[in-house]
Amino acid sequence: MTTFAFYFFATLITLLFLVTVLSRNVLYAMTALAAGMVLISGLFFMLDAAFLGAVQLVVYVGAVMALYSFAMMFFDANKDIKERNGSAVTVFLLGGAIAVMLVVIFTAPLIGQGVASLYPPAEGATNPQAVGLVLFTKYLVPFEVAAVMLLVAMISGIILAGKKMDFSLSVVEATKSIDSKTIDNMDNTEKKGDK
Amino acid sequence: METTMIHEVTWVGVAIKALIAMLIVSAVAGFGTYIERKVLAWMQRRPGPSHVGPFGLLQLAADGIKLFTKEDFIPQYSNRLIFSIAPVITAATAFIALAAVPIFPDFTFPEWIPLLGGVFVPSIAADIDVGLLFILGAMAAGLYGPLLAGMSQQNKWGIIGAARTAVQFLSYEVVTGLSMLAPIMLVGSLSLVDFNNYQTGGIASWMIWQQPLAFVLFLIAGFAETNRTPFDLLEHEAEIISGFVTEYSGLRWGLFFVGEYANMITIAVLASVIFMGGYSDFMLIPGWLMMGLKVTFFFFLMLWVRASWPHVRPDQLMWLSWKVLMPLALLNVVITGIVVMVTA
Repeated sequence: MTTFAFYFFATLITLLFLVTVLSRNVLYAMTALAAGMVLISGLFFMLDAAFLGAVQLVVYVGAVMALYSFAMMFFDANKDIKERNGSAVTVFLLGGAIAVMLVVIFTAPLIGQGVASLYPPAEGATNPQAVGLVLFTKYLVPFEVAAVMLLVAMISGIILAGKKMDFSLSVVEATKSIDSKTIDNMDNTEKKGDK
Repeated sequence: METTMIHEVTWVGVAIKALIAMLIVSAVAGFGTYIERKVLAWMQRRPGPSHVGPFGLLQLAADGIKLFTKEDFIPQYSNRLIFSIAPVITAATAFIALAAVPIFPDFTFPEWIPLLGGVFVPSIAADIDVGLLFILGAMAAGLYGPLLAGMSQQNKWGIIGAARTAVQFLSYEVVTGLSMLAPIMLVGSLSLVDFNNYQTGGIASWMIWQQPLAFVLFLIAGFAETNRTPFDLLEHEAEIISGFVTEYSGLRWGLFFVGEYANMITIAVLASVIFMGGYSDFMLIPGWLMMGLKVTFFFFLMLWVRASWPHVRPDQLMWLSWKVLMPLALLNVVITGIVVMVTA
């Protein structure tokens, strides 16, 4: 049953990511990406890593949603995009790297037979608890570093976006139109006064 | 999956539970449209649906026939595949989220019932350790429905609806997570069964007394999550025709509605289980009836708010979420953390 589920998920994920890479349509590519990300959480659930599975679901659903909004701003979602394939050297290097990676992936079971877990999950702890225990003891420093990096990203985001926060185009437009109207009225009254 | 219960959870029990949840929620979702129109009419002093059947009860059947027989229209220049998938995403994810929601207490079929006698039916179809996170993730994935619907239909109102979906999702999601974090810290688990067992000691033990702020924040974020009226920006008729459902008709449109009502029920159940004692028995009232009463109350609350308040603008929603609710939720989490640290 587990084997069947694994091959089911693996095939679907591979197909969906192939669509993501090969499709010229933004909408298809993004949808396949989102679906693939959601299905990856299925693999985590199969490995009894329920916490990681749920996190995968929550994080990537939001992240891909943000990508969608960029796609919405930059592309016409219902038209095919002309892709520019870079120089032959880049294609060659990337293709070679992917080939090496595939070889490593397929030989990984041979290499990894003697691998044992350095920090096995604590006895009797539920899945989120086990993750928390390792995260806040052994891996506290990387965790904190990641937190600081996120803080830096957040502050720079606020600075970049906040430069013209007080400036509202609609307010400017509204005052402009009011000004021009009142000026027009003043002109009219002056003219009337002249007559 | 490990279970600490005495009863053995069999696949028959899980299947029955899934069937019960599915049937009840579908039926309530259908009946909910009638209730919604009737309650709104009552609050606005007009009769509401009253022509078809006694008290307009058969209006439901009339609507169903209309939805089934209506032409299934797909715009010429739309992306047909995505356009057809989008409503299914909304409805399916709403029910997937329900898989991890405890709707009624667990029970065992009495022995005298043929075939099913002695089968134990668990309170949740899939009691995973991370129930709350899973529900959040599944409900969030449901928003791909409106997003894809809006983007695929080649309609300006649709694309505005899709853009609003993204904006709304990015605004309220933080508040939902943070408002639930404080109760999670008190209970020390992500499983909704543990939440229920934490509050078995009568009304005084309900989470709402310990976390009133989190309760209010969760409700507000829940209204945004289900597109209920103060935050129904996605399809607000007066501004963007129907937003993401502009080009939809017939059953595909109906699927969006079923998904929305199922999500309303999920949020109502979550609010009941996390903050209001869940499905524990209350004095003489059995647990399943208590659960029904609580869910009905939250459902009514959603209609009540819809009748009472105008909807907000998208910029007001973002302002509310990021500048008011999120700092409040963070403050709540920090205070809860200090209290937990001091008392533990």
